Amino acid sequence: MVESATARSLEFAATRWLRPLPPAARCIFCGDEAAQAALVAALGLPGSAANCRAVSANGRSLLWLGPDERLVLAPADQRQSLSAAIEAATASHAHSLVDVSYRQVALELHGPTAVRLLNAQCPLELTATAFPVGMCTRTIYAKTEIVLWRTALESFHIEVWRSFAPYLVTLLGDVAKESGA
Amino acid sequence: MLLIHCPYCGDRPELEFSYGGQAHIARPSKPESVTADQWVEFLYLRSNPRGVHAERWRHVRGCARYFNALRDTRTDRFIATYKAGEAPPQQSGSTP
Ligand SMILES: [Zn+2]
Repeated sequence: MVESATARSLEFAATRWLRPLPPAARCIFCGDEAAQAALVAALGLPGSAANCRAVSANGRSLLWLGPDERLVLAPADQRQSLSAAIEAATASHAHSLVDVSYRQVALELHGPTAVRLLNAQCPLELTATAFPVGMCTRTIYAKTEIVLWRTALESFHIEVWRSFAPYLVTLLGDVAKESGA
Repeated sequence: MLLIHCPYCGDRPELEFSYGGQAHIARPSKPESVTADQWVEFLYLRSNPRGVHAERWRHVRGCARYFNALRDTRTDRFIATYKAGEAPPQQSGSTP
């Protein structure tokens, strides 16, 4: 782990419907059910995340990515303490814990055009019934992989690998321009 | 767009998936004791049916899991999907 690396947020000017989110502490945790239960306890969350769902409490979030894979999000200043707490709580379970704080960045897409801008390059059904608030998933937007998390009816948290972020932001801008958003 | 039913995530667009070849091919448990012909069969020989085919798929842009599917190679219709390790579901007599 390179401790001297700085956690930068994504650098672009916020628009009416897109804004960069601040740096965060991020971990990918893999393990079986017992390990996942220990993780939930370590994070102080009320319960575990169901398939394609996120759970949040006290600024920490747990996103279901796969049957044994979770993405943990927390405020940036918890980066050291978070890993240590998870490591301590899950030491007796086979698991993997990888700090991906600097691998990806986050942005928030919001407003009445959010779904239309997403669906321009992402074929998921994003109606409120098919993709309700609290649902999250890994998917693709045009040619880049993203994690899409609906935090409110008209608000989406998007995680994208750092080097793909300019592509995603530029493409969202182009789509918005074309559709007059 | 074709929808594929991931056993973990539900119906998802086809382009989130990748194909993983024929399903239910077990690696010989004692490779040192099989003949060259048996090894060739395990490594290279695959069925190529015109009809229902059991095959592996991976929800690579979603939950990243491998699972199995019964697909009709004539129509590209997915008849069923099921988790890796499970037996293929029984099919009713008629084929589409
Ligand atoms: Zn899936």
